[in-house]
Amino acid sequence: MSDPRVAGIGLTHFGKHPERTGRDMFAEAGLAALDDAGADPDDVEALYYGNFMGELAEHQGHQGPLMAEAVGLDVPATRYESACASSGVAVREAVKTVRNGEADLVLVGGAERMTNIGTAGATDALSIAADDLYEIRAGMTFPGAYALMARAYFEQHGGSREDLAEIAVKNHEHALPNEHAQMRQEITVEDALDAPIIADPLGLYDSCPITDGASAVVVASEEYAEEHDLDAPVAVTGTGQGGDKMALQDRQYHARSPATEDAGEEAYADAGIGPDDVDFLEVHDCFTIAEVLALEGLGLYEVGEAIGAAGRGETTRHGDLPVNLSGGLKAKGHPVGATGAAQVVSITKLLEGRHQRADDVPDATTALAHNAGGTVASATVHVLEVQE
Amino acid sequence: MTDARDDKYDDLLDAIAEGEGYYIECDNGHGSLPPRLACPQCGSQDISEEPLPDSGEITTHTTVTVPTPQFEDDAPYVTAIADFGPVSVTGQIRDAEPEDVETGDVVGIGVGETVTNEERLIVFEPR
Ligand SMILES: [Zn+2]
Repeated sequence: MSDPRVAGIGLTHFGKHPERTGRDMFAEAGLAALDDAGADPDDVEALYYGNFMGELAEHQGHQGPLMAEAVGLDVPATRYESACASSGVAVREAVKTVRNGEADLVLVGGAERMTNIGTAGATDALSIAADDLYEIRAGMTFPGAYALMARAYFEQHGGSREDLAEIAVKNHEHALPNEHAQMRQEITVEDALDAPIIADPLGLYDSCPITDGASAVVVASEEYAEEHDLDAPVAVTGTGQGGDKMALQDRQYHARSPATEDAGEEAYADAGIGPDDVDFLEVHDCFTIAEVLALEGLGLYEVGEAIGAAGRGETTRHGDLPVNLSGGLKAKGHPVGATGAAQVVSITKLLEGRHQRADDVPDATTALAHNAGGTVASATVHVLEVQE
Repeated sequence: MTDARDDKYDDLLDAIAEGEGYYIECDNGHGSLPPRLACPQCGSQDISEEPLPDSGEITTHTTVTVPTPQFEDDAPYVTAIADFGPVSVTGQIRDAEPEDVETGDVVGIGVGETVTNEERLIVFEPR
């Protein structure tokens, strides 16, 4: 069984583009990925597409075929919806299909239009990733849910708003040269602490922004890449997915993410690696506390230890384990359905030496992409490795 | 939102409002809230309604200052998860200043209304 290659990548700018339709953004990302791959678009056999709030933001369901035609493809196309993990799940399906030999060349990605419905509209749309009966009706917002997790973490393991602020400062600094990123300004711990509280203990700078954008990846079988002489040195060598109870109230833990643990264990085993082999990673930091929970869930830190990692410099671009060199969801932005595939784009660019932060990981060969949905009731992990 | 009832959920709220709250328990002792045909923890279909304990303990809470439109006139409000033993429940805290709410606080459960749309919701009152 050979490992599928990342043959091409494409991203739009992540930011405020309220006037751009989803189909327009995905066309840009998808065509960029096909162009980057250098493969014949007629060889593409399927589209796997992630999107979360299309019905609410654009009054548009059934987006699979719409997005296929947007990139000029006449192929079976399916939309995947797993909240913020929508395109992580789509990547997993693409990888499995190519690995199984059912296709040699597929397009995968995602898009989200969010800023056109305003902050209140987006807050409402994001909230439906939670349980309507038992969470939304009690006033739980998306930031509110992570605030409940953050307080539980502080109570059980210690930690402070300052520790979380260090994560925001790091991810903002990482995004500075990233031309695709939404937030390209340096911030200080004081800036983060002084920002308005949205759901205590989380403030505005603990939260990712509301973002429009699209991402796309061309996945090719190793055989196809060789036969067509594609320049595709990065392979997806491991994939994993985990799940958890939908509502926080029904979970054993409020300060741990078992879905991440399960996805990570499966992906590590699939790739034949362990946490010690990871050179850098992109994790799902929709809120600063989420980066902490991800690093612990992936076995890179003991439970209760990752809260201080950014402040200690371990996860900065100069540290031993750089986390979110793209800027993460926090600074790069989080167009929900595009995020999982965008992580694969960033990692591929970093491993291939064509990312603005590639100089910070010059010898890296192995990286992880961690994408999460809701309060991590869904999680995917992918292992990417340089093969040549 | 539709005007249709959500049977089993609304039945539970009716019961809580009457002071007769219940939860679903499986034969392995796992608690959950309706509607359930199977236990979400173990899949057992041998389930029954059991009385909800009279009081619970706050395990985590947050004061939401940026709400969804459905809670526009309610914010700021405190959303909390309370542990009732076999089952945990999410609700809003009533009759307490946000800064006075702490984990470990003992609360009773009731049914209140949102300010914004007068929608029913589960509320906790400090004991
Ligand atoms: Zn059970």
